[in-house]
Amino acid sequence: MIEVRAQKQLGEFRLDAAFEAPAGVTALFGRSGAGKTSLANAVAGLLRPEAGRIAVDGTVLFDSARRIDLPVRHRRIGYVFQDARLFPHRTVARNLSYGGRHDAARVIEMLGLGPLLDRYPAALSGGEASRVALGRALMSDPVMLILDEPLSALDAPRKAEILPYLERLRDTVRLPILYVSHSASEVARLATTLVIMEAGRVLRVGPAEEVMADPAAVPLLGVQEAGSLITARVEAYDAEDDLTELALSAGRLLLPGRAGVPGQPLRLRIAAQDVILSLEEPSGLSALTRLPVTVTRVEEGRGPGVAVGLAAGTDRLLARLTRRSARSMGLAPGQQVWAIVKATAVAPQDVGG
Amino acid sequence: MQWLGPEEWAAVRLSLRVSAMATLCSLPLGLLVAQALARGRFAGRGVLNALVHLPLVLPPVVTGYLLLLALGRRAPLGAWLAERGIAFAFSWTGAALAAAIMGFPLMVRAMRLGIEGVDPRLEQAAATLGASRLRIWLTVTLPLALPGILAGTILAFAKAMGEFGATITFASNIPGETRTVPLAIYEFLQVPGGEGAALRLVAVSLVLALGAVAASEALAQRSAARRRG
Repeated sequence: MIEVRAQKQLGEFRLDAAFEAPAGVTALFGRSGAGKTSLANAVAGLLRPEAGRIAVDGTVLFDSARRIDLPVRHRRIGYVFQDARLFPHRTVARNLSYGGRHDAARVIEMLGLGPLLDRYPAALSGGEASRVALGRALMSDPVMLILDEPLSALDAPRKAEILPYLERLRDTVRLPILYVSHSASEVARLATTLVIMEAGRVLRVGPAEEVMADPAAVPLLGVQEAGSLITARVEAYDAEDDLTELALSAGRLLLPGRAGVPGQPLRLRIAAQDVILSLEEPSGLSALTRLPVTVTRVEEGRGPGVAVGLAAGTDRLLARLTRRSARSMGLAPGQQVWAIVKATAVAPQDVGG
Repeated sequence: MQWLGPEEWAAVRLSLRVSAMATLCSLPLGLLVAQALARGRFAGRGVLNALVHLPLVLPPVVTGYLLLLALGRRAPLGAWLAERGIAFAFSWTGAALAAAIMGFPLMVRAMRLGIEGVDPRLEQAAATLGASRLRIWLTVTLPLALPGILAGTILAFAKAMGEFGATITFASNIPGETRTVPLAIYEFLQVPGGEGAALRLVAVSLVLALGAVAASEALAQRSAARRRG
């Protein structure tokens, strides 16, 4: 449980943000300059708010009314900075042990750091440096982790290398994690709770699935980034066509390649712009996945687009179409339509465990 | 060293002793002042900065004379110290004090640059890992600023080896007590036939200066090579 309320004037910029989040991964999402890092720094104690209150699992770290301001070093918050900030004069092993040797063997094993221990940070790739920074934070025995865009400096293959580690972390280390990001696909893969920030303020807080599937949140996430999160189970893998069949609550979805072993649960993000709607059951289309869905909400955007919320069994989908299409189809809440998802549209980085 | 006469040899030994003493004693204070000037935000920072730099811009003779006024045998502070067995004027410790003060601005400047070059974000990272301010300074700031700190130390030592004006004014020119190499060279040049001795001491000064520069260069190379991995 994280409780954050912080106000601070930083030059022209005013940070005035508050949210509460349950255990799990809380994503601070927003554009650059939205105040995500400032808010994370306030939690870590690197930035002192003028007023506010910050508590993690009942421990008060900062409370302006009660004049509590725990020094950074006593907050026990493992902070993985955007730029890793490894000590250049220490080997990986001595970077890792700087804050302690908590659970060292398991952390080194989990993050695959064994072969790097004798190297200096200058000899590490971006992905390796991120892993070392994460290991260093974990070994200091923190009560909470802050990950500030740990993937933003990495190219796509390196991101794909780190994301599974973060998923393992979420599922095995029972630590509250504050994850700062401006990437919807990272948020979709990792977040339990989504906090959307803009211009120093919190616009929206809620469970990630709910916020991401809410048509009203589309302008906040950005039309390119909007998309819903669904949970699926791997059903079978067709080796001949190299397709994985997933079971959703409303039907089946085919993904290219091998996405997992049968029975394995998956979380995937389906971008709103990759969902097509049809009034009748489609046939003769090259897209392989079609799901019967119910329109739950039609939300007009600022531009020519419309975001449509859909119920697909117990999952929620989000589709984005032009206002003209929505009007000509006569879309309204309660209506039964078909959603078509192109199998290749689900990007590999949007499929997670 | 057969080719150095006893008088010359005494000057070399004294110079090394005076310079080592001056450097070692000003090292802790130099680090403290450099840290304060690099990172501190306090009232009087400008005054401290000016005070540290004063010996660099004042004529050395003036610095020496001011020291004599403050710590001479007839000055209240000097007399008070002399009663407790600490005499600076006309003794080798006085020469060391003069050398330390003259080298101090150079020492602090180089150390300050070294400390300012350390990324404060690394110190923040250390704090999030639970390190105290002292531990951060010892394990992050100090080792990363080491090239600058070494450069400052070597500069101060070299300055001490060459110090003339403040030493001769404050500590005088007493053979075996305050006649360091530069004073001895000056002395030899005043007497007929002293050029040979003077030249030998010039050669010693050159060797020591070049050795110091080479040593600092080698240390800087080594720490840079290690950081490249």
